[in-house]
Formats: sequence, structure tokens, C-alpha cells
Amino acid sequence: MIHACNVDDVPMGEGRAITLAGRRIALFRSPTGWYALDHACPHLGGPLADGIVSDCSVICPLHARRFDLATGRALSGGEDVATHGVEIHGNRVMVRVGEPPVFADREAA
Amino acid sequence: MTFRSREPRRAGIVVIGGGIAGQAVCEAVRERDRDVPITLICGEPVLPYDRVRLSEILVSGEDPDTLKLRPPEWFEDNRIEVRLGRWVHWCRPDERLLGLDGGETVAYDRLALATGSQPLMLPIPGADLPGVYPFRDPGDCEAIRLAAAGGARHAAVIGGGLLGLEAARGIAAQGCAVTVVHLLDRLMERQLDAGAARLLPPALRALGVDVALRKSTERITGAARVDGLEFTGGERLDADLVVMSIGIRPEVSLARSAGIDCRRGIVVDDHMRTSAPDVVAAGECAEHDGIVYGLVAPILEQARVAAATLCGREGGPPYRGSVPSAKLKVAGIDLVSVGDAEGEVEAVAADAEAGVYRKLIVRGGRAVGAVLLGDTRGAEALLAAVQAGEEVADPLARLAAAAAAGPGDLPDDAQICNCNGVCKGAIVAAVEQDGCTTPREVMARTRAGTGCGSCKTMVIDIVALAAGGLSDEPHYLCPCRKQTREDLAAQIRGCGLQSVSEVAAHCGTGRDCGACKPALAYLVSEINANRHREERDARFINDRVHANIQKDGTFSVVPRMYGGVTTPDELRRIADVAEKYDVPMVKVTGGQRLDLLGVRKQDLPAIWRELGMPSGHAYAKAVRTVKTCVGSDFCRFGLGDSVNLGIEIERAWEGLYTPAKVKSGVSGCPRNCAEATVKDIGVVAVEGGWQVRVGGAAGASVREADILATVATKAEALRLTTVFLQYYRENADYLERTYDFVPRIGLERLREIVLDEQHQAQLLERFRIAKAAVSDPWLERDEPYHPRQFTDLDEPADDEDAALVGPPSGGAR
Repeated sequence: MIHACNVDDVPMGEGRAITLAGRRIALFRSPTGWYALDHACPHLGGPLADGIVSDCSVICPLHARRFDLATGRALSGGEDVATHGVEIHGNRVMVRVGEPPVFADREAA
Repeated sequence: MTFRSREPRRAGIVVIGGGIAGQAVCEAVRERDRDVPITLICGEPVLPYDRVRLSEILVSGEDPDTLKLRPPEWFEDNRIEVRLGRWVHWCRPDERLLGLDGGETVAYDRLALATGSQPLMLPIPGADLPGVYPFRDPGDCEAIRLAAAGGARHAAVIGGGLLGLEAARGIAAQGCAVTVVHLLDRLMERQLDAGAARLLPPALRALGVDVALRKSTERITGAARVDGLEFTGGERLDADLVVMSIGIRPEVSLARSAGIDCRRGIVVDDHMRTSAPDVVAAGECAEHDGIVYGLVAPILEQARVAAATLCGREGGPPYRGSVPSAKLKVAGIDLVSVGDAEGEVEAVAADAEAGVYRKLIVRGGRAVGAVLLGDTRGAEALLAAVQAGEEVADPLARLAAAAAAGPGDLPDDAQICNCNGVCKGAIVAAVEQDGCTTPREVMARTRAGTGCGSCKTMVIDIVALAAGGLSDEPHYLCPCRKQTREDLAAQIRGCGLQSVSEVAAHCGTGRDCGACKPALAYLVSEINANRHREERDARFINDRVHANIQKDGTFSVVPRMYGGVTTPDELRRIADVAEKYDVPMVKVTGGQRLDLLGVRKQDLPAIWRELGMPSGHAYAKAVRTVKTCVGSDFCRFGLGDSVNLGIEIERAWEGLYTPAKVKSGVSGCPRNCAEATVKDIGVVAVEGGWQVRVGGAAGASVREADILATVATKAEALRLTTVFLQYYRENADYLERTYDFVPRIGLERLREIVLDEQHQAQLLERFRIAKAAVSDPWLERDEPYHPRQFTDLDEPADDEDAALVGPPSGGAR
């Protein structure tokens, strides 16, 4: 598990990108919790962390592909995106790079 | 007491009282009889307006004119003579004669009394102090709003009924602290049971409205003006604004002095007849079966029966009393009450934490009432069930079924629009019999959905159902929650919503897919004249960082150059910045600007600082460029000073956001070198003046801009283009460019509005108010909305030493 950032580093309802273990990852803070996806949209590499976040999805800013934050599923067609586990320990946002999230254990933001 | 069945004499029908009841009587009479002369006498100096929506005006500060039930032309078209600002001093039923102020007399054949009510004022010391108001007419509304917005520190509303709570919310919306003071131990005791009433104070407190229960006000204190309330027991509340909303007193003085039977109200029978021959009464002044109704739906029912009687059709359905139903119009609190709030069998579904309380009340096996708080699904179905006295074997199951009921499950007589008293059957008939095919047509014909707007979605669903799904899909701003721009605008205005998250909390819009969040953000900002609460998560990335995202995740920077005119000094700074930050491309744009392409997000603040130029808004749905030709300054053909007009226009509009981008141009002669004929807004100098054009395009499709008008001076050109811009800002759908908007509205209709002096004055006033709250977004370089507005997590945050910002560690570039 890698300490990616602190809770306050990401504004509510937005995402930010970070490189962890050599992988570019987008971290999202939604009203329903924290999520991590690969940063690059599988379509044409758009920066997902810059997308518009709803309760449960993010929309790529380049061509509006939409992905489920929890599962990475492509909601408007096309390829899915990889997900990573996120845990909040106090003020620290921890990421399990390459391991899909387990939601039962996750603290809400 | 009978009505003689003869042709009316010329004196015709006279209606006294220009409220909702008086208006409804006029309308219902005219529907039945195209010819009978009708005279409407209004004491207030304005045409009948929708008093129920006064609280909306208190929140929004909109012109009370928008509350008018019908425009002046309607009265002309329907040949209704209206006497405004006239009071009736006496009535002699035996002579069929009325005496007006000033000594004039008016004869009638048949008379309708719709004199309404007066607000009750507590007869306590201090009730007449300056700063104490009733909440009854637009004048009260304006005075309260001005006091609340203009420095009152704490307001008190005496009376925790429907109207008192709406008044309190309106005061809170002006940023003034407010306490509702109520005599009893629960709010809205006439509509709510204890269980629902318990959930109300916490919900109100969340909206900035404090509640003090079991308080009996003994005096209102203050020397020159009010400074507080004193309660029984000596307790005190400081208040420099007091609104009294403790109830109404039926206005019966005219009827009483005419010898007509009155108790609390004017006594009427099942045909709304009073004790005097050929005189009916309806509305808040009337007492039927011992009950005076103060809610709009019963008043409309009474008006229809009264009109039938006036037209000599007493054979029609009699009035047997109404099931009262009330809806609280307060942001963030959904509350509907129908019929009785308590009874022998009660089924309750409640979730205190979520603020949800749903109850169905049953007596003798029949539905007699419902209370819905926090989740009002099925309100129409339950109202219909109570009105019909539906047999209910399993109340809990009935409550659950109501929540799941669709428009198809409603009976034809289910009331859909409470403001205008329209039932489902009337909406279906408009489709099936009158051939209406769209919700818009149905609303125009039946008036359903044109009051407070809260039933519009239901109206649309019923039209769709009646038209067999052929009804054209309304243009939803939020398809997930089926909310149109008009629906949402009505809710934002009516409830005083100031941010996207408040809208989301109110109706869920924006929470599901999130795609409509930028449209909501625009709507909230426009309606609040840019005094909304900005929430950046609702904005597209371009509007979070005020730059245009490129295919590789970098951004482009276009500084403002008014009219496309620049200076050597600006060019030098642009060149310096481009070199220092390794900007991969510098390009001249189609709108006569310089574009720095390929800029890293984290470099944006420093670049803006070093440019020292304002944002050109090239990334936003906003006023973009005003392209100009050199005009009369240098050009040997130039007729008009296009450069200066372009600069003036650009400065006047700079910083305003719009439904979609607005590109403009000003040409100094008809050779049109600034291509103004294919701009959203274009001005072309012609012999003797300026031609103003709108709705042009030169993109994927090409459209020649329509000529709105030709005006004589530069000042008029600026004024007319500004009027159009504001009209577009207020009425276009999000992302609807002017080249779609202008044909949708129609050039003729557009001209009627933007060339009308009264509309011009109002649009310009709202434009000025919106513009006054505009600032340069690039100033966020020094005041970011978040320490990481411009940085991802690998880099130091924005507020750390800028010199530490190095090249990114890879990835997003």
C-alpha cells in the first residue's frame, strides 16, 4: 500500500493524477467515497483525473467516455479502465496499485 | 332565494375582487358565456396576480409583474372590463346597485363577491411600529425583502403556518438571520401531525431558519422602530424586522353592510349563493358549511360552481366542500399535506435520519388524509384517493403503491396542477380532443404547469401517456432525473437555490451521471446574477483552470485583446512568456487573438501573472472575441468606427458566461471584412447607421445571421446587441448556439421582445446586475479556490513556492 496524498489534497467532487509504482493513476474524491482508476482513458489517453465526477462515475474531458468509479466499467461503450484499491487511514490516502478495490472495508470520505 | 332564468340585462355580471377567486370566476363565466358583459372591480391598482407565489418573489426579488395571472390583452380579448384601484363602498342588493369611491354607481344583474381576506394582526402593543409587516401583497413583500437584504440583523416571523414558514425562508435567503415564533408546540398544526411536525424544525434550521415554539408574543418593543419581541413570562427576542403571519380574516364588511348573512365569512350554500338574490360569493371571503378555505384548490372549485350559478346553470354539480391540500414551497423541504392529519387508523413509513415521513390516514375504512414529508412521491394519487374517499383495506400497502404510481394509475379527476386547478382528465382531453401534441401546447391550453411549475414533469408524463408516447421528447437538461431547464429554473427561483449541490439536494439532478453539472452550474449562476455559490466540481476542466484542454492534456492560453487590437508591449510579454515556458506553438486565431498552445497546467498561474493581461475566455461558454476590421480609422472604404465599437462591446460584455460560446464581429462597411454576417452577434456599418445581426454561423454548417434591426448610432448598436445577449443568456438551452436559438424563437417573436422598450429596460437592468458581479478568472492565480487548483499530486501545491515547480514527472503531458 502506498501513501499517495492527504485527504485535503483532492477537492471534494474532483480528481487528481499521481504516479505510483511507475503507474499513472487518477484518484477521485466523490461524495460516496474515494476511488482510483488508471489516469489515461483507454480511448485516446485523455486525462481522467480532469473529468467531471458524479456520485459514481467520471466523464473523460476529451471525448466524454464515462466510467464507473468503483468497477472501472465503461458506461458509454468501449474498453473498461483498470481500478485500484484505496483506503483512508486518518488523513492519509493509501492506494493498492494493481489491486482492485474491496468496498466492504473502505471508509467513506 | 332563486335566480330568475332570463336573459341578463345589459348591466351583466360584476365581480368584486381581483384576487385568484375573482379572476377564476371571470374565466369560468367567460368559458360558459361568450357574450354576457363582465366587469371586474379590483381594489389593488394591479391586474389579478398569483398571491400564492408571493414567497417566490420574496426569495428571488423578481418583478411582481411576473405573478400576473393574465396579461392585459387577455382582458381585452375576453371583453372583461377591469376597474383597477377602485373600491366598492356600498351594495344595495334590492336595487342591484353598487357605489364606488368617488360617488360613481355601477349596476349589475348578477354579482360575485370575491373580496378575499385581510391578514390578521395581533392586537398587541407595538404592532404598529415601523419595521412590523404583514405578508400579504407585493408591497409587503418588497418592504420585507429590502429590510432583510438591507441590513436587518435579526428577523422574527410570528406564526409558524404555511405562509409564515415561506416568509421566513425568503428572509433567510436574503442572508438575514430569522426566527419563526409559534404559539403552539408544533408548526403547521392545521396540516401536520406531531410526527411530521417534529422533523420540520431541524430541516428549517439547516436552511437558516430558527424555530421557537410555545411562545406567546405579548408586546412588540421599540422606540422609533421595532427592536424586539417580548413573550409571556418575560423572555425576549431581539428583532429589527418582524413579519406577522398568524392567519387571515375574511373580508366581509361590504357584504355585512349590505345586509347579507355573514358569520366568519359570507355564508353560501352548495351553489355558492348568498342570502341576497343574484349574489354569489367565492374564495377566502366565503364560508361554506362552516368552513372558510384559504387554499388555492378549494377556491378554484368554488369559483367554478359560482360561475355556473352566475350563468343560470344551477343544475350543475353543487359544491360539497373541499379536501384541503397544501404544499410547502420551501427549498430543500418537500412537504405535502392532504385532508386530515390524524385519524383512527394511520399507516406511517418514516426514516427520521433521512427526514422522510409518509403517512396515510384512514377512517371507517376510507382514505381521509395523507402527510408526505421529504419524499412526496404519489402525492397526486393520494390526493385523488382522499377526494374520492377510496376504500383502503391495507393502508401500508396503499401508501407503498402510491409511491410507485405512474401517471397511468391516476384517475381522471386527480388534480395535477394545484395552482390552476387542472386535473388529469383535462390534460388528457387537451391531447385527445383538442389535438395538442406537445407538453408546451397542452400547458398553453390548460394552464397546467404554468403556476409554480412543480407539477410540470407530471404534466409532461401525462401528455406522453395520452399521446401514446408520440409526444415529442422534451429537451431535458438532466435526462437522468427528467428535469428540463424550465423545471429547474422554476425550482431554483422558487426555492432560492444558490449552488449546484443545493439543486442536487433538492431534486437529485447532477448526481447520477454528472454530465449535466456544467449546465446546472450555468443555470444557477445566471439565475442568481452571478451571485451564486461557485462549486468547481460542477465545472468542466476548462472552467476549473480557465484554459482550454488539448488532446495531450496540456492547455492553451489566449489573453484578451479587445477588438483584436494589441500593443508592442503586450506582444513583447507574450513572446517572453512563450520562450520562458517552452510554449510549443504560438498561433493567431480566427478571432484575431494570439494563442499559446501546449501549456502545462501547473504553469498557468505564473504565465497569467507574467502576461498581465485578462483572460480571453477562449476556453469557456462565454463571450469570446469581438472581431473587427480597421474601419474608418485607416480604411479608405470605412463608413463606421468598427474598431472602437468592437472594443466598447467587448469591454461591456467581457467576463459574462453564456449558454454556449458567443463570437462576435463588427465591420466598418458592407464589404464586411470582420465577417460579421456569420457571427453569433454581428454589427455592420451601412449608409446612415449600423445593421445588427444575430444567429450567424460559419462552422460545420453555415448560416447567414438574421438582421434584427438597423439603428442610427453606435450607442444604439451597443444597446441592442446587449439586449439580445442578455435575452440569449436567459432563454437558451445550455450549449444551444445562437444559430439554433434564433430560429427556435423565431425572428418575428425575437424582434417583438428585444425591440420593445419595456423588455429592453428590464433585460439591460438584469444584464448590469450580472455584469457587476464579474471578475477576471485569471486573478485566481493569486487566490486559488483550492491549494491544488492547478497541480496534480506529484507537484508541490499551488500555494507553495512557485520556484520549486519543476517539470512534471511524466504521464499526463
